[in-house]
Amino acid sequence: MSMRIELSSLNVYYGSFLAVEDINMVIEPNSITAFIGPSGCGKSTLIRTLNRMHEVIPGAYVKGNLTMNGEDIYSPSVDPVKVRRQVGMVFQRPNPFPTMTIKENVLSGYRLNNNKMSKSDADALAEKALKGANLWNEVKDRLDRPGSSLSGGQQQRLCIARAIAVEPEVILMDEPTSALDPISTAAIEDLAIELKEKFTVVIVTHNMQQASRISDMTAFFTIADTGLPGKLIEYDRTDNIFSNPKEKQTEDYVSGRFG
Amino acid sequence: MSSQAPVVKRRIGDLVFSNLAIGSGVAILVILAAVAIFLFAESVPAFLSEQDAAPDGFFAYVAPFLFGTVLASIIALLIATPLAIGIALYISHFAPRRLSQALGYSIDLLAAIPSVVYGLWGMLVLAPFLNPSYLWLNENFGWIPFFEGPVSATGRTMMTVGIVLAIMILPIMAALIREIFLQTPRLHEEAALALGATRWEVIKMAVLPFGKAGIISSAMLGLGRALGETMAVALVLSGSGVITFALLTSTNPNTIAANIALQFPESSGTYTSLLIATGLVLFAITMAINMLARWVISRRSEFSGAN
Ligand SMILES: Nc1ncnc2c1ncn2[C@@H]1O[C@H](COP(=O)(O)OP(=O)(O)OP(=O)(O)O)[C@@H](O)[C@H]1O
Ligand SMILES: [Mg+2]
Repeated sequence: MSMRIELSSLNVYYGSFLAVEDINMVIEPNSITAFIGPSGCGKSTLIRTLNRMHEVIPGAYVKGNLTMNGEDIYSPSVDPVKVRRQVGMVFQRPNPFPTMTIKENVLSGYRLNNNKMSKSDADALAEKALKGANLWNEVKDRLDRPGSSLSGGQQQRLCIARAIAVEPEVILMDEPTSALDPISTAAIEDLAIELKEKFTVVIVTHNMQQASRISDMTAFFTIADTGLPGKLIEYDRTDNIFSNPKEKQTEDYVSGRFG
Repeated sequence: MSSQAPVVKRRIGDLVFSNLAIGSGVAILVILAAVAIFLFAESVPAFLSEQDAAPDGFFAYVAPFLFGTVLASIIALLIATPLAIGIALYISHFAPRRLSQALGYSIDLLAAIPSVVYGLWGMLVLAPFLNPSYLWLNENFGWIPFFEGPVSATGRTMMTVGIVLAIMILPIMAALIREIFLQTPRLHEEAALALGATRWEVIKMAVLPFGKAGIISSAMLGLGRALGETMAVALVLSGSGVITFALLTSTNPNTIAANIALQFPESSGTYTSLLIATGLVLFAITMAINMLARWVISRRSEFSGAN
């Protein structure tokens, strides 16, 4: 299953500072949506509202509406823990748990929900998730080694395996390849394209080629000046954004003429 | 043409620093060796003329004190470790910012109280205060050997010593563990949160495993302090040379350190040597425990998160 996400009049705050203003957009299921824009425009801030990770920062909150398959995920009756179990996240820097083995890392999210799992079920799930993250062949002989013994690119795929092992419906990735070499980057891009068969994928990237290679939709954000809120300038099909943008600011940014 | 060896430029700062580092390292070894040699040399007479000082032999003499030392320290550690972890967790992850700062300061303050004050307090306040609960424990759980009667009338028992020692080592342990918990990488806590972990699960997945080596180290530090504690034990306990697991009675084994402190002023000749030999035993035990702790920590260092 995969989810349709709808943001309407969404304002995102850090205390009294309005970081992202008045976002309206619909993210379709089984698609890849790329967030692009200059540093500080609020891409990370916005993506973290999609799994309610924004509010773990002291003083941070959200106003407006955010629904997934029609359900308001910010309604007071919704437990943020439940939301995060449905919306997986991959961070900019690979962050496998250093105290766990590769296998334990993959199963760590699943074990939160179901403690009782037979060894064969656990093995099967770990294999499935690692295969889903295109990592199985590289690690199948060393599942009991620490997660931190892998290369950066492998660690990032391990984090993806960990995220998909719980079978979420949405996967968020915040610059997942910015710390990786081109080959690992290509591996993760291929993976993202496979993942959209099953999940709704949202990815933040500074890499224009990456956005145009893998995403179906692209959202361009910018910020007028420091201290002012970030805004959504244009949101359209990726080929339109890159070849035929409606806004001058978008055109300047994607063609590298951003001042 | 000749190939030249690279010219190593010796910077004065590097030189000073490296000598300083080597010097400090050597100084530690020298001090350690000096103490060990002193203990050995001074305790030799006790073994050469055993009859005078310890009629039943050295080990019969030291065994009850060794037992008392270890028992008191284990009680202290069993009480202090979970409490210290709880306090540290509360300060680092649950308390509101203001409160956590205030608590942090008061813990540092507690750590600064001298042990003789803890001893006086334990003897004059805590012992009489705890005695009714000892009676209750004995009435209801007397069948457990630890709570055997007859219960002491004053409350100055092994249990009280353990509790006083626990209170004494609690602040330093809590302060150290808090520092470690505060250093948990935000990245790992967020990884757990993003997987849908509750606050408690974040602590289980990211904070405690990351802090494990540090928790063991601070427990060992606390244990070291408890093993060597003299004044607090000497003030609370009127111990003797018995071995018993009963924690609530008035016959209690003394600890090595307290026994030395009590006996030394009136000792002479081979008896002095005997006491020093018990000090050597304490030294050996403390060192063994520290080595054990190192081994425990290094065993899974691959998984420590240090890399
Ligand atoms: N924890 C925080 N507390 C207060 N303000 C924050 C916090 N994190 C980010 N901000 C502010 O919110 C704004 C948006 O930051 P954000 O990290 O979302 O930008 P970004 O688009 O992800 O940038 P980058 O491309 O550099 O990652 C910035 O002005 C930033 O200073
Ligand atoms: Mg960012």
